[in-house]
Amino acid sequence: MDYELILRVYPFFIEAAWVTIQLSILTALLGLTCGALGAAARMSRLAVFRWIGATYVSIIRGTPALIQIFILYFGGPQIGIQLDSFSAGTIALGVNIGAYMTETIRGAIQSVDRGQTEAARTLGMGRWETMRKVVLPQAARMMIRPLGVNINALIKGTALVAPISVVELTYTAQRFIGSTYKPFEMFLLSGLLYMIIIYAVGQVINWLDRRARIT
Amino acid sequence: MTNQAFVTIKNAAKSYGNLEVLKDINLTVERGQIVAIIGPSGSGKSTLLRAINELDPLTSGEVWLEDVQINKKLPFRQYEAHVNQVRQDIGMVFQHFNLFPHLTVRGNITLAPRMLKGLSEADANKLAEEQLAKVGLSEKIDEYPSRLSGGQKQRVAIARALAMKPKVMLFDEATSALDPELVEEVNQVMKQLAEEHMTMIIVTHEMDFAASVCDRVLFMDQGVVVEEGPPSVIFQNPKEERTRNFLRKHLSR
Amino acid sequence: MGLDFSVVPDYFGVLAMGAGWTIAITICAGLLSFFGGIVFAVIALYGHWALRLPVRAFAFLFMGTPLLLQLFLIYFGLIQIGIDLPAFVAGVIGLGLHFAVYNSELIQASILAVDKGQYEGARTLGLSRGQTLRRIVIPQAVRAVIPPMGNNMIALLKDSALVSVIGVMELTLAAQQAISRTYRPFEFYLAAAFCYYIVNLALEAGLRHLERRIAASR
Ligand SMILES: Nc1ncnc2c1ncn2[C@@H]1O[C@H](COP(=O)(O)OP(=O)(O)OP(=O)(O)O)[C@@H](O)[C@H]1O
Ligand SMILES: [Mg+2]
Repeated sequence: MDYELILRVYPFFIEAAWVTIQLSILTALLGLTCGALGAAARMSRLAVFRWIGATYVSIIRGTPALIQIFILYFGGPQIGIQLDSFSAGTIALGVNIGAYMTETIRGAIQSVDRGQTEAARTLGMGRWETMRKVVLPQAARMMIRPLGVNINALIKGTALVAPISVVELTYTAQRFIGSTYKPFEMFLLSGLLYMIIIYAVGQVINWLDRRARIT
Repeated sequence: MTNQAFVTIKNAAKSYGNLEVLKDINLTVERGQIVAIIGPSGSGKSTLLRAINELDPLTSGEVWLEDVQINKKLPFRQYEAHVNQVRQDIGMVFQHFNLFPHLTVRGNITLAPRMLKGLSEADANKLAEEQLAKVGLSEKIDEYPSRLSGGQKQRVAIARALAMKPKVMLFDEATSALDPELVEEVNQVMKQLAEEHMTMIIVTHEMDFAASVCDRVLFMDQGVVVEEGPPSVIFQNPKEERTRNFLRKHLSR
Repeated sequence: MGLDFSVVPDYFGVLAMGAGWTIAITICAGLLSFFGGIVFAVIALYGHWALRLPVRAFAFLFMGTPLLLQLFLIYFGLIQIGIDLPAFVAGVIGLGLHFAVYNSELIQASILAVDKGQYEGARTLGLSRGQTLRRIVIPQAVRAVIPPMGNNMIALLKDSALVSVIGVMELTLAAQQAISRTYRPFEFYLAAAFCYYIVNLALEAGLRHLERRIAASR
């Protein structure tokens, strides 16, 4: 183990970890938005929206995220979408994880007992009022853990923007492996940072989950 | 006010695909009347009850509450507004209570009155206290449903329905999910409503309760009303063979 | 620049060959992840500590880091210690080990669930500890987790695109080759996505069939 080397290069990795964190946060926010819209579409009264939602989920989950990133970043300019690599990566990853979150959110909503909706509707509450006041508060608690699993996958998934040269952790590791020929050291250094990020996010998820369970 | 049709069901039919669950049912319930619906499992009792408030809309036929047709054919938005309105007048109590687990007892009772009737927080609280006192659970107002017994949950569910000041109450086997020793406390509340002349339609497997509280009993089998009449006739002197067979099984237990 | 899909058929052969390699990688890495998963699970649960600790540490590392990073480690790490494997083999090892760790987690939970009930019954028949594990517990535990392992296979198929980054010739790299000659990334990546989608549908159908057969044979 070349400790001296690690001490020399670690500032680059810290900087890269910050990029990974930014990517993760933005992707998670975009993913949650897509997931909420996707779930709403999949459970819509209108067949068109249900079809759109199902197609979104099927296509995104049926093809590699890497290809989706490439289509947006390299193919985008052909259809007039010119994005820098960070934006393209964030958008593609967010739309990608959104498809998985769609299913997570839909699953949680559908796992709320039908009797809850029936009771609310029987009192005269409308569809949206029932969703907002009765179903969603219960579904939200059940979503926290599985969404945490999605987010865990998403954090590791941010490595996929390395091939389009976003200077995040994996890209940095790859670059230093190439210049130092020390793959183990670089792997451990970046791996450690990934695990710290994942651990911290896991703690936040646990805290949210515990808080939701108290009441 | 007597002899006035209050809930009217005309030629009600319902099918799920090829399965005919209700076949040409006619029923008139007068104001203040208490009607029990009995019958074997799968005979369509719940379906009929749930058709009254449009939870399971009929395939054909009409349901009226006073002079309002509940199952009017309307464009989606108007239909939604219409059923939301009429459902406020029809209280329903389910076998499995369906209390909202994320809200306290108070929250369960005040949610709909505040949202739909625009009650202020103070008024809604007063309403909740009144209704809870009626079902004998005043001290549980700030508990969550998970901390209540089955009987208490069902009494809260009744209080929640009553808080909307309904014109008619529907009970779908309100006591069949309860431990035997908890049944009586819920029956008591229902008897009390009977004394207050609440119009009620009660699906039940408890023949004793039906006999002691109800004005009329309907026996349903395979989607039709086989026989109906006052409890004294239905329980002691039924005309139909099917009714006798059913009662033999249920009364001998 | 606009879109022009008319060039895509010219590279049909290239894409088809790439798809073939993608399927080959998925099968090889899938098998490795299946058997590797069983081995890891048994070691993690019953192995001597000198084996158990490294396997657990390895699983911990591989579950907490991105696959792409692991592929770089394996590809360049093997070169560094003097093993110069073809990219294809390195890719299969990387993908296979990555998913072996995930399969192992599933199998471990399943073994523990089966073991409780079956172990005593088998031991009273006079089977040894090892025999009980090999003949009774593991076969049952593995069958029980075929459906969730199927989901891992589907993930593996899609993640096989990542080995293009270490130069394994497969569908993604085939598309890139076509792009480097035609400068039509949108068309060819879309074509590649289409191929992945089809293979994915086929794999899902196959897995559903397998699940039904397992359910029927119970
Ligand atoms: N959503 C549905 N789809 C298909 N069939 C249904 C549905 N709901 C009810 N049924 C069928 O309709 C028939 C009547 O059901 P219903 O629930 O009204 O019976 P019930 O008299 O209330 O029985 P129980 O005493 O068991 O509650 C049954 O055969 C049932 O299987
Ligand atoms: Mg019923």
